Amino acid sequence: MNKTLKLPQALEDALLCANHSTSRRNFLKSSGALVIAVGVNAIPGGKVLAQAAAAGPYPDPDFLELDTWILLHPDNTATFFVGKTDGGQGTGTAFRQMMCDELDIAYDKTSLVMGSTDATPDQGGSGGSDAIERDGWPMRRVAAEARRVLLELASEHLDTPVAELAVSNATVSVRTDPAKSVTYAELVGGQRFDIALQGDNINATRGVASVKPVNELRVVGQSIQRYDVPPKVDGSLTWASDVKLPGMVHARNVRPPVAGAVLKSIDASSVDELPGFIQVVSRGNYVAVICEREEQAIAAARKLQAKWEPPAEAPFPASDDLFNFMRSAVPVSSREPVLQGDPDAALAAANRVIEADYEVPFQGHTAIGPAHALADPSNDQMTIYSNDMKSYGLRNGVAKFLDMPRDRVRVIYMDGPQVYGRTAADDAGFEAAFLAHELGRPVRVQWTRDEETAWDTKGPAYTFRMRGGLDADGNVVALEYDARAADYNHVGYNEPDTVLIAQLMGIRPANPASGNAATPSSHYAIPNQRMTGRVVSLPMIWETPLRTGNLRDPNGPQVTFAFESFIDELAAVARVDPIDFRLGLLEGSNEGEMFLRARSIATIRAAAEAYGWDSRPSPNAPVPDHQGPILPGRGIAYTYRNGTVATTIAEVEVNRESGRVWVKRLVCAHDCGLVVNPTGLRHTVECAMLHGLSRALWEEVRFDNEKVTSVDWASHPSLRHSDTPESIDVVLVNGDPNPDRPDLPPYGAGEGSHKPMIAAVANAIYDATGVRLRRAPFRRERVLAALQASST
Amino acid sequence: MSVVSLRVNGKTHEVDIDPTTPLLYVLRNDLGLQGPRFGCGLGQCGSCTVIVDGVATRSCITPASRAGGEITTLEGLAKDGQLDPLQQAWIDEQVPQCGYCQNGQILTARALLDRNPNPTDAEIREGMEGVLCRCMTYFRIQAAIKRAAREAGE
Repeated sequence: MNKTLKLPQALEDALLCANHSTSRRNFLKSSGALVIAVGVNAIPGGKVLAQAAAAGPYPDPDFLELDTWILLHPDNTATFFVGKTDGGQGTGTAFRQMMCDELDIAYDKTSLVMGSTDATPDQGGSGGSDAIERDGWPMRRVAAEARRVLLELASEHLDTPVAELAVSNATVSVRTDPAKSVTYAELVGGQRFDIALQGDNINATRGVASVKPVNELRVVGQSIQRYDVPPKVDGSLTWASDVKLPGMVHARNVRPPVAGAVLKSIDASSVDELPGFIQVVSRGNYVAVICEREEQAIAAARKLQAKWEPPAEAPFPASDDLFNFMRSAVPVSSREPVLQGDPDAALAAANRVIEADYEVPFQGHTAIGPAHALADPSNDQMTIYSNDMKSYGLRNGVAKFLDMPRDRVRVIYMDGPQVYGRTAADDAGFEAAFLAHELGRPVRVQWTRDEETAWDTKGPAYTFRMRGGLDADGNVVALEYDARAADYNHVGYNEPDTVLIAQLMGIRPANPASGNAATPSSHYAIPNQRMTGRVVSLPMIWETPLRTGNLRDPNGPQVTFAFESFIDELAAVARVDPIDFRLGLLEGSNEGEMFLRARSIATIRAAAEAYGWDSRPSPNAPVPDHQGPILPGRGIAYTYRNGTVATTIAEVEVNRESGRVWVKRLVCAHDCGLVVNPTGLRHTVECAMLHGLSRALWEEVRFDNEKVTSVDWASHPSLRHSDTPESIDVVLVNGDPNPDRPDLPPYGAGEGSHKPMIAAVANAIYDATGVRLRRAPFRRERVLAALQASST
Repeated sequence: MSVVSLRVNGKTHEVDIDPTTPLLYVLRNDLGLQGPRFGCGLGQCGSCTVIVDGVATRSCITPASRAGGEITTLEGLAKDGQLDPLQQAWIDEQVPQCGYCQNGQILTARALLDRNPNPTDAEIREGMEGVLCRCMTYFRIQAAIKRAAREAGE
């Protein structure tokens, strides 16, 4: 490998091992010598990425071969190949830790390749925060199997039964005579294992060996520093947006000026004299301008004159009218209510009935770096350089979209801006591939700020109606939850008939996706309940910037805001401390939910203890007028996200004169089972909380009745340095009723602490002011208006 | 097109470009630098920050022809093979998530500490206010700045 390229090690490995079925075999045969020709063509002044000259095809790495997952090198180091991506939560480091433990090799003797479709087995990329929870298992099992095979080979080599061997740091020795030893490299280094694995699907992949019990894990549980941090800090990392190829050109999209507009004509003369201009590409309502240089493409996209015909009817209500529209719309679908007991009778007999409505607007991904991708059509194939967290899906989708065989398309996954769900990275990948296919040259697509903020996928807007009944003693006897989500035609990941370019070209699936209106995931014992979710549709569902897609626990923050706010309202009416009230609802557990409730109670108690919570009902005692404008308060919210449970306490200062809410302190007690890397986990939990805080205080998609109007960081504010809490405590809890169990599983950690944040802040604002905010986000003008309304 | 001379990380470069081209694209596409990053093109987020004569500057809205001073990018912060103390503090505090914005965070912090070696918490918040992070690493960023300031004073 040409060392002047300074490629990231992982990518260098990926390119070396590209074209898995043939080249890695050759690579292994030649014991580490470079066998893939790497074509490097300099373009003036620019750094040029190696372009793997291997012409393909690119068949799928076979997950049932041990060699697909683990490569032992002659210098007694190892490379692991996994089909995941890491959005910066440290999962790559965690995968290495888990595999090191099972293989018995030191962490710093390993490297990891992730998510490049021709180099790593298809584990689907990322999503649902299940990297460690689900995908870590086959990694652990294949590493354990490799260790088993190496022990058998060592047994033969050392002429000693396996039971009498010890293994440490990739070296096998005889227990009674440690001088007799052999390294992994001496056994297999630079050669194939040639071991077949079993499993109906990749998640079930296993060999003969079992994984180690938790008490034998040594690397797991250590706060090893993330390997991806230094190159992100010293400027040496090559990101997906940095890749440069010989002959590459730059594209910018030109979006319809209003949603649903139809392209009538393009005046190419408005741009064809501009420097560097190459081509306008249009298909249906999809338009892009391509130029030699990036700044030329930006200028040409701005100057392109096109005639668009707006739709006859408004595509959606304005954001100020959204919730009225959603409440009065006829639902597209209603899920069968989750019913327990007889809520109607219980409400009729209740001593007090409380009702409340809640609202959450559309909220976007709005990545700090707008969507981008580079596609290279060389060799009649398509190589896409992308940060898409589902690189395998991007590959499959593009192959269908361009009608190319799957094995002629590959995606090289590289670092990029945040990937908390279905981002516009999917859309940009398809656009780059389409344009590269049209031009026959490598094309880099870069979305603009306003394009990203207006057109990326949105978390669905919600309205909620809650009713609850208390008996004379303040016990909750009934609860009704009725949610409406504007989530019809929720787009999936990398679907060739729902990505934005497909929609704009008029390509449609047979049926729009039904969408989802979720129900709460707490485990309170309430005898009579009815939980209903309904999906409503906006007037226009195609070619709209208000398209919904998964955003970090797709429904969780909204649902938990309504549900945990309402539990707080019930506690306030009952004049019971909010934590005591919740514990009361959890302690009446039935046998079937013992496990879930025990872990809930453990996190609530741990959060209360870390915070120093003293028991009293909300709201806080009023602050006398002469004590100034700052009102202090505290709020709690708790929820499950899949197998993970989190309790968050927010301490706020509400400025009653300006309406500003500052969350001064945060405490989160978090139970995600087995902890692989405590520091990595704490930081992920912390940042997920602050992302939730941004959604609680700032984030809201604004639109008139034809276009999104919140399009940059001025019109679409986000959390800033000045909003940062003074202190954040993350308490890692193991609330498992059998905490020392040898098979303690890990659960996900990317979303659990994100989910209760809006509710915790709303409950703290109530505690501080006695005013209940039922509409997120809690921007200062909304808070001020609510405070003024309550005092008149 | 005209020849524009730029002094970047101690070296002089001459590039033949439209002189109104934003400095960001010249640094990234002509000089092959990977520190400064495109975030908004509007001067709002800070991902594109470079230091020009000691001042944290948004390269996405600075015409290349007007960047006449000494330009330092993230790649140029290390001296004699040693990371800048802020970069080391960033590693010690394990600051980044995705890391895309950290170029602007680190360079803005560098300019801040050069002006004010011992900032208060309020001064850190104020000095960093215009640099956005969508992974919300703000708490860790502030911890790293405090660590670097503390260690520089020891």
